[in-house]
Amino acid sequence: MKKILVPVKMVLDSNARPRVRTDETGIDVAGMRMSINPFCEIAVEEALRLKEAGAAEEVVVVSIGPAKAQDTLRQALAMGADRAMLIQTDETVEPLAVAKLLCAVAREEVPDLVILGKQAIDDDCNQTGQMLAALLGWPQATFASAVRFAENRLLVTREIDAGLQTLSLPLPAVVTTDLRLNEPRHCALPNIMKARKKSLTVCVPADYGIDIGRRLKIVAVRPPAGRKPGIRVATASELVSDLRAAGLV
Amino acid sequence: MPSYKAPVEDMMFVLKDVLGAGQVFAEIPAYAEIDTDVVENVLEEAGRFCTEILQPLNMSGDAEGCRLEGGVVRTPKGFAEAYAAFCDAGWGGLSASPDHGGQGLPRTVQILVDEMLSASNLSFGLFPGLTRGAYEAIEAHGDEALKALYLPKMIAGTWTGAMALTEGGAGSDLGLLKATAVPRGDGSYTVTGSKIFISSGDHDMAENVIHLVLARLPDAPAGTRGISLFLCPKYLVDRDGTPGARNAISVGALEHKMGIHAQPTCVMNYDGCQGWLVGEEHRGLAAMFTMMNAERLFVGMQGLGVADASYQTAATYARERLQGRATDIAGTAPIIAHPDVRRMLLSMLSFIEAGRALSLFTALEMDKEKFHPDPDIRRVSGGLVALLTPVIKAALTDFGFEAAVLGQQVLGGHGYIREWGQEQFVRDARIAMIYEGTNGIQAQDLVLRKLPLDGGRPVRTFLGLIRETLEQADGSAEAAAQCAALREALAHLEQVTARLVDGDLAGSDERNAAATDYLRLFALVSFGWLWLRMTLVVLKKGEGADAHARRKIALGRFFAGRILPQAGALARQIDAGSAPVMALAAGDF
Repeated sequence: MKKILVPVKMVLDSNARPRVRTDETGIDVAGMRMSINPFCEIAVEEALRLKEAGAAEEVVVVSIGPAKAQDTLRQALAMGADRAMLIQTDETVEPLAVAKLLCAVAREEVPDLVILGKQAIDDDCNQTGQMLAALLGWPQATFASAVRFAENRLLVTREIDAGLQTLSLPLPAVVTTDLRLNEPRHCALPNIMKARKKSLTVCVPADYGIDIGRRLKIVAVRPPAGRKPGIRVATASELVSDLRAAGLV
Repeated sequence: MPSYKAPVEDMMFVLKDVLGAGQVFAEIPAYAEIDTDVVENVLEEAGRFCTEILQPLNMSGDAEGCRLEGGVVRTPKGFAEAYAAFCDAGWGGLSASPDHGGQGLPRTVQILVDEMLSASNLSFGLFPGLTRGAYEAIEAHGDEALKALYLPKMIAGTWTGAMALTEGGAGSDLGLLKATAVPRGDGSYTVTGSKIFISSGDHDMAENVIHLVLARLPDAPAGTRGISLFLCPKYLVDRDGTPGARNAISVGALEHKMGIHAQPTCVMNYDGCQGWLVGEEHRGLAAMFTMMNAERLFVGMQGLGVADASYQTAATYARERLQGRATDIAGTAPIIAHPDVRRMLLSMLSFIEAGRALSLFTALEMDKEKFHPDPDIRRVSGGLVALLTPVIKAALTDFGFEAAVLGQQVLGGHGYIREWGQEQFVRDARIAMIYEGTNGIQAQDLVLRKLPLDGGRPVRTFLGLIRETLEQADGSAEAAAQCAALREALAHLEQVTARLVDGDLAGSDERNAAATDYLRLFALVSFGWLWLRMTLVVLKKGEGADAHARRKIALGRFFAGRILPQAGALARQIDAGSAPVMALAAGDF
């Protein structure tokens, strides 16, 4: 492979405590700690491992988001990606619009493989990779737990309900990563310093002529209701009859 | 099990918003490539390393300890692998000169990483900390051949460093030391003597240990002016840097100690080993002291780091532990609702965040002292560093230990048993008050040497900075109470300072008896000053201040109201003079 393209998303840090906006339109992320989506980090790691194993020559990372998403790209560069591009927008970009933008980037960059997280931990959409493969007309392998490159094909092991399934894909292809694919590396200090000097280009969605207007309507976002106290039952049969009465068994 | 997260947000707040470090870096050509964004990236990644790799080894390393097997020290399980990962990631060379493979990052960044290392695993952090002390001494005083041979490997962490100063009969008074060095005629020396309390004296994590040993030459004058510094490697190194034959250095014993069990503190025997002079003959102590400021700052960060680790556990516990009733809470309350528990947590936190700010202020002055193009700025900064170093070393480790005890107290019986790790923090924090010059020695250094330094200029400059901040705060209604508390404490400090410098307390017994209380008073006022500075930054942000910044207001008020008044009591203690201390005859103890 000559080139691997890795789309990455900046999300609310998994340790941050999300606050729902009082007008119920979404989560308030102002001033909150942001980081790279864990599934995307796994995708970067996998791309770097393919490159380090000699299966690819260049790893390019791309993100769509606000200016601050440059931090996320810098982290991917510090891990070892070769260059980065940010398609900058402060709008919320829905999965279809993301897929269209990535499709446009892929047509321009002509990678042999696009590898990306199966979903982002903020909206849990799990759609972008699939839509991107359809738009590009490329084969896809989602939820990858192992990726191997051999004889110009990609062998991808997927985690499915029945167990593990292995697909053999011709290139170019789209792969989405599951949690168990790998454990992302710690960045070495010299690489963090070098990442500052790597190329990071910034453009806007309009440069690709893509309409990122929203097609989905969020009705309301509310925090989950507080947990109600439980009740104590004396015997197992009482438990069964209570569960029956509640229609749970 | 403690769960430490590096407080990168607070570190960046102090660096960027309070101290304007980005501007300072921009004035320094050596830091042309450094901005606060890259600093944040570095801190995030260092924090991740500490949380994920070092912290899980802290309790297991404490329980297992080090062992001496067949003359070789074995470190606890997992330490060698963690050290290899630490070196592979390049953390050992963070602030080292790029000339020898370092990354050349500022001291300000180094001390923050030191804080994280100390919070996650104090025993581990000592290995790279001492290596840095050793390579900085070699870099400052060694000849080119020694530098070329030793610096790259030490900066990479392939070889570690140990500082061999203390002997059985020579501790705080190094002038009494007896180790000897005799020239061999080939430019090297034969070093003989026995040293105690040698941290990282030997271990199985690196391919060589480089000892910097203080010893006397045959014609040496008595006392501290007759001490020279020698580099003695565990394995002798050939011309291309390959370790070969074993030098005549051996581990006499491992010290059995209260804490830092995963750190091999050794009795070291130098039995006619081969060594090389570092710096000039008889100038060894001076050579050691050039890196002493940095080392003492490092030890201060140990006190701070352990305090923060203890605080984080205590705060988590206090939010979750349900005991007793509290106003406005139905049913059993989490103990964080109780004012007395809040007092403990706030005492810890208001010290930690002010201590961090004071250390960063000092480290930034250190960066300016070393690299600023303007010689006047370098001189002023150098004075401030000299003045504040003993304050940071002693105050951060004293308050750090007290904080660790409070963090233990918050957990009640669960703080005393091992499970939560709080008792380990108490044991580990204790050493920092003792080594690298006891806190009593730091207080003497402050009063006897640093106050009169350069005709008293550094202390006048520092007190002037505090008055400047008070003037800036004039007219701010929100900060009025804090200003009043700081003004009162500052008046005590100024008055006592004048008396110690050339007033009724300037006699040697008077100064000696006042020193420890004075250093604490000095530290409290410094903390109060930084709380006011932080408060003013947040007030200036107004509506734009984020949640992290806004909580500073509450913390600053707590410090001004509940801690800073202790300055008055300290001033009165000092007022009593040396007479009550000296009244009891030595035989009556």
